[in-house]
Amino acid sequence: MREIQVSELTNVIERLCIEANEHLPEDVKCAIRTCRACEDGEIAKGVLDNIIENFEIADRECVPICQDTGMACVFLEIGQDVHLTGGDLTEAVNEGVRRGYANGYLRKSVVADPVRRGNTGDNTPAMIYTEIVPGEQVKVTLGPKGFGSENMSAIRMFKPSAGLQGIKDFILETVETAGPNPCPPMVVGVGIGGTFDKAALLAKKALMRPLDSSNPDPFYADLEKEMLEKINELGIGPQGFGGRTTAIGLNIETLPTHIAGMPCAININCHVTRHKTEVI
Amino acid sequence: MARKITLPLTKELAKTLHAGDQVLLTGTIYTSRDAGHKRMCESLAKGEALPFDPTDAVIYYVGPTPAKPGQVIGSAGPTTSGRMDAYAPTMMSVGARGMIGKGARLPEVVEAMKEHDGVYFGAIGGAGALLARCIKECELIAYEDLGAEALRKLYVEDMPLVVIIDSQGNNLYEDGRREYLEQRDSNH
Repeated sequence: MREIQVSELTNVIERLCIEANEHLPEDVKCAIRTCRACEDGEIAKGVLDNIIENFEIADRECVPICQDTGMACVFLEIGQDVHLTGGDLTEAVNEGVRRGYANGYLRKSVVADPVRRGNTGDNTPAMIYTEIVPGEQVKVTLGPKGFGSENMSAIRMFKPSAGLQGIKDFILETVETAGPNPCPPMVVGVGIGGTFDKAALLAKKALMRPLDSSNPDPFYADLEKEMLEKINELGIGPQGFGGRTTAIGLNIETLPTHIAGMPCAININCHVTRHKTEVI
Repeated sequence: MARKITLPLTKELAKTLHAGDQVLLTGTIYTSRDAGHKRMCESLAKGEALPFDPTDAVIYYVGPTPAKPGQVIGSAGPTTSGRMDAYAPTMMSVGARGMIGKGARLPEVVEAMKEHDGVYFGAIGGAGALLARCIKECELIAYEDLGAEALRKLYVEDMPLVVIIDSQGNNLYEDGRREYLEQRDSNH
């Protein structure tokens, strides 16, 4: 049994909020640069050049890459031999977000009620996902999620008879409908299987996986490659102005599911796909 | 090659701008997004004046991050314009001719643009750090309680924009994509 003070978690989350919003992961930068080299059109090249210049400015000057500094999605993998002590876990996470968004000069984008609105003023509450895993560490991943892209996400409960083709069509349909709205080039997170809610969670987790990694199952690794190519044949292009680069990555995560179903969720993200992980 | 333009966005200037034109915009613009537009349109419905003169004005759909000490403004890229579609025709009817944002617009917005010689400019979504550099002055003018969504008056210099929809209703999202696909397919 290892004791970890929740105040330590607060400190880590404060730091991750700021760093994730200022510094794009290397795999995302690399994917954008690779796509820039493949574009021919003047406008498309210009857009990608500006996007590259933008993340370089953010890196150098430690300012937010994008003004939508998102809702703070916090993934906690808590070792089962850890005893979190010294306070309430949820409150400790929210305090980290509160401090990170205040001290990092990040935008407060959360409203207290979905219908009646009203900004909470400190970007809390965070969206917290906990998982109990073996071991005595806590792995914290923070992914600020912007809503220009979140709004273009979709979920569908397929009949099993829809098969692989149903999923392929749904991915292309969702990207097509998203069009220029989610700030393409986008990153596409696909969750297949589980239940209605688990499929959506898988799709979000897929966005946290590095773009230079593949699904360990060769069947899904091939599908990731195939669908990324198909998306980049749509012609939507950077910012929707026309071009090759509609998406810079597509990750698929799966779970077993029920004999009667095949849930599929697609979580869309923009080129500012942010996440940062720290292990306590 | 980008064309330099200076505000106000008069009818005459608007008519010279075409979908796909890259421009560097200089002048005074106003920021507003969801909650600000709702409030402005409620004011207009009650016959009240807007917090700024909308004649030939350009509205930037943005909710910036807070300025760090020494900064004019924080990161300030565009938000998705479609959420302002419910308000845009009303804003154009009182003279606000230009909009800066990103993403698709509804046909009724395009119709209002044709009627009022409106122009829809695109700024690069997700390039908030880069765009902040063009903003030389920032003054909060109304709705302070809305935080990031408050109304701000900005002075911008050489703000890099692309005309997405022009006053004739031409649309870069449609034309740019079609041209890219035609060119790609003709090369095969």
